[in-house]
Amino acid sequence: MVDVTPADAVPPAEVAEMELYHPHSWWTKYVFSQDAKVIAIQYSATATAIGMVALVLSWMMRLQLGFPGTFDFITPEAYYQFITMHGMIMVIYLLTALFLGGFGNYLIPLMVGARDMVFPYVNMLSYWIYLLAVLVLVSSFFAPGGPTGAGWTLYPPQAIMTGTPGGQDWGIMLMLVSLILFIIGFTMGGLNYVVTVLQGRTRGMTLMRMPLTVWGIFTATVMALLAFPALFVACVMMLFDRALGTSFFMPAIVEMGEQLQHGGGSPILFQHLFWFFGHPEVYIVALPAFGIVSDLISTHARKNIFGYRMMVWAIVGIGALSFIVWAHHMYVSGMHPYFGFFFATTTLIIAIPTAIKVYNWVLTLWRGDIHLTIPMLFALAFIVTFVNGGLTGLFLGNVVVDVPLSDTMFVVAHFHMVMGVAPILVIFGAIYHWYPKVTGRMLNEAMGQFHFWVTFLGAYLIFFPMHYIGLMGVPRRYNELTDMTVMTESAHNLNSFISIMAFLVGFAQVVFLFNLIWSIRHGREAGGNPWRATTLEWQTAETPPAHGNFGKELPIVYRWAYDYSVPGAKEDFIPQNMPGSSREPA
Amino acid sequence: MSVILVFLLVIAGFAGWWLSHQRLMAKPWLEQGVIGDTIGLEGSTLPTAKIGLGVFLAVVGCLFALFTSAYFMRMALSDWQALPLPRVLWFNTGVLVLSSIALQCASVAARRGQIDTVRLGLATAGLTALAFLIGQLVAWRELTADGYLLTANPANSFFYLITGMHGLHILGGLVGLGRTAAGAWNGARPERLRLSVELCAMYWHFLLFVWLAIFALLAGWAASFIEICRQLLT
Repeated sequence: MVDVTPADAVPPAEVAEMELYHPHSWWTKYVFSQDAKVIAIQYSATATAIGMVALVLSWMMRLQLGFPGTFDFITPEAYYQFITMHGMIMVIYLLTALFLGGFGNYLIPLMVGARDMVFPYVNMLSYWIYLLAVLVLVSSFFAPGGPTGAGWTLYPPQAIMTGTPGGQDWGIMLMLVSLILFIIGFTMGGLNYVVTVLQGRTRGMTLMRMPLTVWGIFTATVMALLAFPALFVACVMMLFDRALGTSFFMPAIVEMGEQLQHGGGSPILFQHLFWFFGHPEVYIVALPAFGIVSDLISTHARKNIFGYRMMVWAIVGIGALSFIVWAHHMYVSGMHPYFGFFFATTTLIIAIPTAIKVYNWVLTLWRGDIHLTIPMLFALAFIVTFVNGGLTGLFLGNVVVDVPLSDTMFVVAHFHMVMGVAPILVIFGAIYHWYPKVTGRMLNEAMGQFHFWVTFLGAYLIFFPMHYIGLMGVPRRYNELTDMTVMTESAHNLNSFISIMAFLVGFAQVVFLFNLIWSIRHGREAGGNPWRATTLEWQTAETPPAHGNFGKELPIVYRWAYDYSVPGAKEDFIPQNMPGSSREPA
Repeated sequence: MSVILVFLLVIAGFAGWWLSHQRLMAKPWLEQGVIGDTIGLEGSTLPTAKIGLGVFLAVVGCLFALFTSAYFMRMALSDWQALPLPRVLWFNTGVLVLSSIALQCASVAARRGQIDTVRLGLATAGLTALAFLIGQLVAWRELTADGYLLTANPANSFFYLITGMHGLHILGGLVGLGRTAAGAWNGARPERLRLSVELCAMYWHFLLFVWLAIFALLAGWAASFIEICRQLLT
């Protein structure tokens, strides 16, 4: 046991105070607010709203796939538009925005003991540009020709050609502009998250005392700042190709018997740029989820996280490795076998730090005092789902297995498990966990149980059968699956079943949204620290935390974030800002 | 994609160096009490704004490294025809160097509290940066007049795209410079002014560096340099 300095020898913490902006009117307090907590709620609400649009779009797709020919309004063009917008919204405008803009903004300053983000004005701009990006995206639904139907990867040349919905209309342009705006807005926010972790930590909060949630969000933000420029470059160059007629990506092409003015460009160049962003993006979404789930498990199992150092190293290691695996999304693009070999190897190496994390979660649970609260249920569901999705990732990471599976529903099942369902489960768990801090009231337990079980089991009933029909050879990207030899009677029945489950799970989310609104007024009073957790956000003087987060003085941190069930301690948790040694001498 | 990978390697080097000073081997579960008062584990002593700008410049560097990567990959295809660089670019380079020097002088003067020199430096930097932008527009006009249009060849497209991107960044810098200048004339607090001037100087030096790299790229020297490297390696 090392007592580094006697606690009372330390002068009261005055870490260089930031100039806190104090709002003067209702507008600057709630709308154009520079308070990270308000910005976080704005981000979360916007992301949820656009996410609901994407949810409805997925219903439309499932209607068509499960009951082909029944719904006339789902034309092939409309189907591709639904698929494109569903994917893009879910990955970027929902998951990225919610994890980094929502949870990042709310939790980073509170968890590291800062009064606010370091650049509050830029932080506010970040949200408003994000909102603008969302509005531009939504406007494409009302533009002539509708939104783009290029698939969420927007591969040229088809993305900007006549046959693709929105290709020669407004759709693709609005999509590219919206992405460019999103990246500009995100960079503004991302600078804040990174620099706040670097400079905003209170006295005693060393890097190795930060909760893993902050580590996850911090590393993911660093990655996003380095990966999003690739998407930016790809979008700008495609915008040039489409609007000004350059040939960055466009090869010489004959369309409807007419030679287009493009020539010589390389669609593969786009794929490299896109996936150079696209693969880190998977971990930009996953790392915050890893961090949050570590904290949920530790808190609700009343046990310190197993292997904290290893968890930190794994997060950093995964972040670094994820930049050299991008071409495993391009195995079928006709690459040199040695490249395929290289990228398969790096892909499989990522399994090592990831597996370390999974083992550590399980070992944290081992002989813990597990409380099956709703956040804990979601955290456990995450581990199962993530392992499941990770295992099929081992299949697809190998070139020879990927090539036959690449165009099937197996891939859809894989990435929905690993980066759709798994992070969303963490988001739900995190909302149930931190909602009491945000509003001062608990979410309703009964509705929460219903929401959890329908979502978790339902998601499995949707995506588990999808692996099977993928292995049977049912292709993805097709809007009509009738009249194919692979579509046997049983495959077709399975497809209809998946569609019905998709509707059920979707409706369960309505219960969740109702719970969110209902509990603001009618939820049980939560008090300051309902989960009896150690981290700083639960130790604020007021709940919800007031402007400036902590009262007159910033907290001083004396210990790491995981002092649960310390032998000899009075309670089964010791907050990070509790001074002195409260353990029995060993 | 080799250029961006080399760039990321440099970033990773920085990150690794920084992390290695953060006691990653610590066993936080055994340590209680306040630690790090002496060794600055709670953040750097540099001003936060400088660190923020540093992170931002890393992102900008990443952006241009990616453009460079795309440039090299597109260049390898058969339809590439390099375009002759307008002579005015040499003049522009000189003007941008002057701009950077002026800001460096302003930054030194701000440290010494010589407000008149600061104002002179800021004004010179602003005017020379504007001259640079005008010079770039002249270069664009010369090229279009000579028939090197945007869509005619990918080399042309990249020239307009990359110089345009760089110009936009200069334009953004001018907004910051304008605000700093407004502070210098309206009597901002000396330490605040000093920080703003230093931030401007940092940004300017970085954009000058980016410009020199772009210039070498567009002139074809970068390609020959890489060719030499490749031959040395094989």
